[in-house]
Amino acid sequence: MAITLEGDVPIDSVASPPSRLDIAGDRTFRGLTYVFSWMTIFLVLYIVYEIAGKAFPAIQEYGFGFVTGTTWDANRGEFGVFPEIWGTLYSSILALMLGGFFGVSIAIFLTQDFLPPKLEVVFKNIVELLAAIPSVVYGLWGIYVVIPALRPTANWVHEHLGWIPFFETSLSGPGMLPAAMVLSIMILPTISAVSRDALCSVPHRLKEAAFGLGATRWEAILGVILPTSATGIFGALVLGFGRALGETMALAMLVGNSNQVSLSLFSPANTLAALLANNFPEAGKLEEGVLMYAALILMAITLLVNLVGTAIMNRAQRRLSGGER
Amino acid sequence: MIMTNTLDSSIVAEPNTNGKNVVIDCKIRNLYYGKFRAVRDSHIPVEEGQVTAFIGPSGCGKSTALRCLNRMNDLVRGFRFDGHVHFRGKDIYHRNVDPVAVRRYIGMVFQQPNPFAMSIYNNVAFGLRLNRVKDDIPERVESALRGAALWDEVKDKLKNSGLSLSGGQQQRLCIARAIATEPTVLLMDEPCSALDPIATRRIEELMTELKEKYTIAVVTHNLQQAQRVADKTAFMYVDTSDGGRTGYLVEYEDTGQLFEDPKEEYTKQYIRGEFS
Ligand SMILES: Nc1ncnc2c1ncn2[C@@H]1O[C@H](COP(=O)(O)OP(=O)(O)OP(=O)(O)O)[C@@H](O)[C@H]1O
Ligand SMILES: [Mg+2]
Repeated sequence: MAITLEGDVPIDSVASPPSRLDIAGDRTFRGLTYVFSWMTIFLVLYIVYEIAGKAFPAIQEYGFGFVTGTTWDANRGEFGVFPEIWGTLYSSILALMLGGFFGVSIAIFLTQDFLPPKLEVVFKNIVELLAAIPSVVYGLWGIYVVIPALRPTANWVHEHLGWIPFFETSLSGPGMLPAAMVLSIMILPTISAVSRDALCSVPHRLKEAAFGLGATRWEAILGVILPTSATGIFGALVLGFGRALGETMALAMLVGNSNQVSLSLFSPANTLAALLANNFPEAGKLEEGVLMYAALILMAITLLVNLVGTAIMNRAQRRLSGGER
Repeated sequence: MIMTNTLDSSIVAEPNTNGKNVVIDCKIRNLYYGKFRAVRDSHIPVEEGQVTAFIGPSGCGKSTALRCLNRMNDLVRGFRFDGHVHFRGKDIYHRNVDPVAVRRYIGMVFQQPNPFAMSIYNNVAFGLRLNRVKDDIPERVESALRGAALWDEVKDKLKNSGLSLSGGQQQRLCIARAIATEPTVLLMDEPCSALDPIATRRIEELMTELKEKYTIAVVTHNLQQAQRVADKTAFMYVDTSDGGRTGYLVEYEDTGQLFEDPKEEYTKQYIRGEFS
């Protein structure tokens, strides 16, 4: 029971303790937030449980060999997703390098007074519109525009620099490079929007400090503003990477769906998400379990990336914001 | 507030410089933020090797005038300046002068401590690196930290983040950062306003020491502080006669003279505490 502060002598003031109703409202609200957050957690666990359950027979049958195997032959019952794991990581890393570079550059361009404020808003909205384009449209654009446009250059590069592993095949159609390029455009809005927030949250007084010491604009950006917002920008990159890992439709259309492990940017490849999208329609009982196993691996990769990303961010945050290391 | 302002610019005092060497000769005719006229008709010659204090009620343009001296106001959109600021005889607002170069010779310490989110050492070395100083960086960092009376407190934790220090230590770190590059003039905008009395005293002592090597211009709300540290004091006030709130220089004098025997009526009232 609450102790009243008034006691015997009433306090002469407009201040009063919260009413019963206030307290009840507060409790209800708190209760609801608990329920909803637990429901979310439960939902995630439930999905993982279901998928793991379906995948269990396949896990028993193929074990770790599934991760290292390189053939996928439903007729002979041979399954391995190493090429898909490779393709998923390779395409995502390429997309991250491209999308990260451009996304962070755009964020810098849009926050550091390079443009008048009105234009800044216009540009920002245009970049964010990229996120509104459906994945399948990106896929079509990739097939009909990007691949034909890339082919002459790619094949020229292959002819003249073919000894470099990255260019050791020619680009005959779908392949790693067009897939990664389209993917980078797809993750660009995420990266630039989150980086923009990070850059905007750098306190103005730090900018003043840098300029007050006689830093040029670039010295201020590279020496102070980027390092200060580094954790936020890193978070943007992790988010973008996560999106790239799971992106399905555009990749299924552009990557070539071919079980190969190759460094070549021009060779067709496959990714886990594309594999799932392409194979589930005619999957039999056994193949269903195998696909669930692949799905589990994809989830594990995404989870791992997020965990490692968060851990690195936390460490950096602690180091930046003072205290012992 | 007790005054109704009906002022013309005849009230603007002609500064008295005692024939000392003037490092920065600042003459503001008009200074605008967008359409807003923030300061007018103020002539403040900052003398070499002296501490010059800016006092006056809030919003009278002390910070604005100070930030004019190293072109910090250029960062503000809509800032326009009519007048001149001569640094050792050269107009820093001349269109061929790079504001970045100006700020390397005229350093600044701000009201809120603003160390960078990097180690104490790197905070101080930052300016040295900007100036492409290659030699003796550790020695210079140490002497700057000693100069800012911070060395003994941080010498064992130079690798810790600058943000891990207390407010007063952070402000001294910012002073160290500013003096590491040996600027000719150091501008300080209410450097003690976030500090307790002890830290304030240390910074005041510091200013007195620093003026051996540098020229200092300081904005302060604390009249005792101005009396303790300043050789010259500029009193600014707000003119509301034309419907705006335009700051201007009322009186610029030797500190002792200004506080004991002010010439202007407004100065008298202000230092007697009759308005704020
Ligand atoms: N960046 C800015 N943009 C627009 N107006 C500004 C800006 N900075 C200051 N002003 C205006 O200019 C006038 C003078 O401001 P300034 O900061 O120079 O006052 P001050 O004397 O330093 O006051 P205080 O003692 O409170 O710090 C004020 O009316 C303020 O509103
Ligand atoms: Mg101010």
